[in-house]
Amino acid sequence: MSTPVPATKTKIKKAPRPNWVSTRNPCKACAPLGAALVMRGIEGALPFLHGSQGCATYMRRYLISHFREPMDIATSGFSEATTIFGGGENLKQGLGNVTSQYHPGLIGIATTCLTETIGENMHGMLTEYRKDHTGTDEPVLVHVSTPSYSGTHMDGFHDAVRAVIEQLAESGAAPSAYGGSKFFNLFPGLVSSEDLRFLKEVAKDFELPMTLFPDYSETLDGESMMKYTKIPDGGTKVAALRASGSAAGSIEFGRVLRNKKTAASYLRDRFLVPAERIGLPIGVQESDAFFEAMEGLSGKRTPEKYRRERGRLVDAYVDGHKYLFGKRAIVIGDEDMVVGLASFLAETGVVPVLCASGGKSGAMALSIAEVCGHLREPVAVRDGVDYMTIADEVELRELKPDFVIGNSKAAKLAKALGVPLIRVGFPIHDRMGGQRILHLGYQGAQRLFDLVVNTLLEVKQESNAIGYSYL
Amino acid sequence: MADILRERERQVFRKGQEASFQIDCEKQSVAGSVSQRACVFCGSRVVLYPIADALHIVHGPIGCASYTWDIRGSLSSGPELHRLSFSTDLQELDVVHGGEKKLHAALCELIEEHKPKAAFVYATCIVGVIGDDMEAVCKSVSKEKGIPVLAVHSEGFKGTKKDGYRAACDALLQLVGTGSTEGVSAKSINILGDFNLAGETWMIRDYYKRMGVEVVSCITGDGRIDDIRRAHGAALNVVQCSGSMTYLAKSMKEKYGIPFMRVSYFGVEDMSKSLYDVAKHFKDKEMLKLTQNMVREELQRIMPLLAEYKKDLQGKRAAIYVGGAFKAFSLVTALRHLGMTTVMVGSQTGNKDDYEQLRQICDEGTIIADDSNPLELSSFLEEKDVDVFIGGVKERPIAYKLGIGFCDHNHERKEALAGFEGMVNFAREVHGSVMSPVWRLTPRKRASSTLEVLK
Repeated sequence: MSTPVPATKTKIKKAPRPNWVSTRNPCKACAPLGAALVMRGIEGALPFLHGSQGCATYMRRYLISHFREPMDIATSGFSEATTIFGGGENLKQGLGNVTSQYHPGLIGIATTCLTETIGENMHGMLTEYRKDHTGTDEPVLVHVSTPSYSGTHMDGFHDAVRAVIEQLAESGAAPSAYGGSKFFNLFPGLVSSEDLRFLKEVAKDFELPMTLFPDYSETLDGESMMKYTKIPDGGTKVAALRASGSAAGSIEFGRVLRNKKTAASYLRDRFLVPAERIGLPIGVQESDAFFEAMEGLSGKRTPEKYRRERGRLVDAYVDGHKYLFGKRAIVIGDEDMVVGLASFLAETGVVPVLCASGGKSGAMALSIAEVCGHLREPVAVRDGVDYMTIADEVELRELKPDFVIGNSKAAKLAKALGVPLIRVGFPIHDRMGGQRILHLGYQGAQRLFDLVVNTLLEVKQESNAIGYSYL
Repeated sequence: MADILRERERQVFRKGQEASFQIDCEKQSVAGSVSQRACVFCGSRVVLYPIADALHIVHGPIGCASYTWDIRGSLSSGPELHRLSFSTDLQELDVVHGGEKKLHAALCELIEEHKPKAAFVYATCIVGVIGDDMEAVCKSVSKEKGIPVLAVHSEGFKGTKKDGYRAACDALLQLVGTGSTEGVSAKSINILGDFNLAGETWMIRDYYKRMGVEVVSCITGDGRIDDIRRAHGAALNVVQCSGSMTYLAKSMKEKYGIPFMRVSYFGVEDMSKSLYDVAKHFKDKEMLKLTQNMVREELQRIMPLLAEYKKDLQGKRAAIYVGGAFKAFSLVTALRHLGMTTVMVGSQTGNKDDYEQLRQICDEGTIIADDSNPLELSSFLEEKDVDVFIGGVKERPIAYKLGIGFCDHNHERKEALAGFEGMVNFAREVHGSVMSPVWRLTPRKRASSTLEVLK
């Protein structure tokens, strides 16, 4: 067993102020960002923000820093006059210009705090726009309300998924996209492009047609190109979204969605599509639940390939268990990612001593309790927090973590604590390949497991003079 | 040929292809054009950001604070308060009832905790709509805490990034003139419009020191509130980023009679000229001599290095798209120094004079564009068969997707590109991208090399 790295650089403060009014080093982004990401996952679609120019530019930059891909987001570009007199004209002009330049199949419009506050009537304005633009090459318009003063980028993400389904799913639409055969919907939440490719592979291996939404596996992790593609290839087909109401079932990932109206719950209530919610499939147990659900939907056994992957993963857990038992982790990120990671860590013997998120679904504590119930040590859960509050918490509770696991935003905290940061989730803007991290399934867990063990072995090897040749 | 929006046709120009040069610029971005520009808030935030011992708090919903947390490469030699992100994180109820109380409480707790020398409060879009009286809150907190608390009127929709520069300068002008100028030398300057990206201000400061010039304040690279307060004691303002800082320099000239001059620290020629201009301004023979010696020494050191890079870069084609046009002038010259041709150049916020100057220094056929967007930029890169694109993070994927080299010359850069040493870094960076073997594997280059074989 390696000795824990002492938290040498931590400033010792006796009693941090308990109730901060301000948000200090945020652990969240704003709602329209999540919506823009979802829109990028629809085939032929262009995200469009109804608000001022800066929102689109800042979100483009933020998303580019993670995906390292072109990320065009249009905007109605509010000026002072627009703010006073309303944005109807700008919206019209913006949609017209985007249509003539990009020829999109769909424009996904999200509001911002500005347009929500001045009370723009999106439904009315878009109805009017559609009336005036009836040509066959006009794009489909969908919109979602994403006031930045409410919730986080994850709320924007899930709300956008639901809004798109609500506006497109048709009663009895022929599932022509899959040639009449049985299919299902999968709403994975915010996962990596690699995760999305993995999910598509699973559906293919189960020989079960799937509508995966959103699907930015290609649009935000594309190939080197000869010519600039205005809207990158890939994404969920609009026809498939329309047909989602006639699916044999829906699966949504995210235990924390239990209090939320989601796309899957809408399809269940409106079109009687059976819905199943499972945790983000990270680690053995949550992946088991996913494959079980796949077996149920397809009526087929899990393919041999995955059963072997599971077997190898459990074998690896055994090989490495001594390096992990009793190790203390701080888990930070989006709520569903945190729950998934906590589940994975807990089943390997690591104690997720603090699970924290900027999100506040109200369901994280219960979700963590579900997946960490077998642990004897206490697991602290804090939602709706920022990084400085997390740092205060680490000090106050004397958590003495061995590592932090989370996105790039946690780098400062990890550095201050003098422990490694294992980068997963979103955003990752200080390393390459955030979009290619595989978190899901047995294979994703295998990679995470090796990464966690090796990170701790490196600490053991580097933090003393012995150097160890064999570990 | 680029697919340019009708509303934007007058904002793109090719040198030599039109009888008279009448570019349209300084306009609100066209709705739906996917401009590379940001907003008023961004303008204020980037200018004030490097002031390291001030508290910077964003008054609004969380996004604006999240997206600007530690994004600039501005270094500090001491405190690092600027690298933290503070926000009032307004929620729905705050929007309904107003955010003044929350702002007051947030400011008080943060000032108590971090003991800054001053605080800047940035207004976001929503603050301009719900009508919070930020001035009143700032005044009251300032009185309570005994430090300057300055409202920055940077509501995102109230203009362009340039208006944000102006709002930032207005805040700075409230500080300038409030400190003692005792002991400030007659041969002293303020460095305006350098932001200490990757330590650039330190290099520039060192040049001035070697010339015998006292630097009173850097506004705002490695900036300190107390230095800014005594900036009115300087004998000269040297302005690098003219787009953001000319307004401050002009105001200081009116109020304190301090003359100002434009300088540029990018490229060998402009760097040398800037130092000579400052030395000449002080009409000091000894200083001029020191400057000559220093410039000679630096040039002797770097010229052989640059010559090596030039061997490979000769004849390569570059495209430039930057925030302010003034930097573009220096880049065109610096690239020419490396044997390269600028085939496309554009900026987010240039004015008519800027574009006229660009027209004069560029070669025939060069595309000049104002407030461009990804579709135009990608088509320019394809049409001109560019070897390296110089821009910022938002331009990077456009180049890379097309298998074209890239050099980050924006505020996130981690390489010092100013000064003599910076020119070597610039050459190394451009060289390292242009000469990388990876392009040979990309579809663009593979296609052309296959054609060569077929010939």
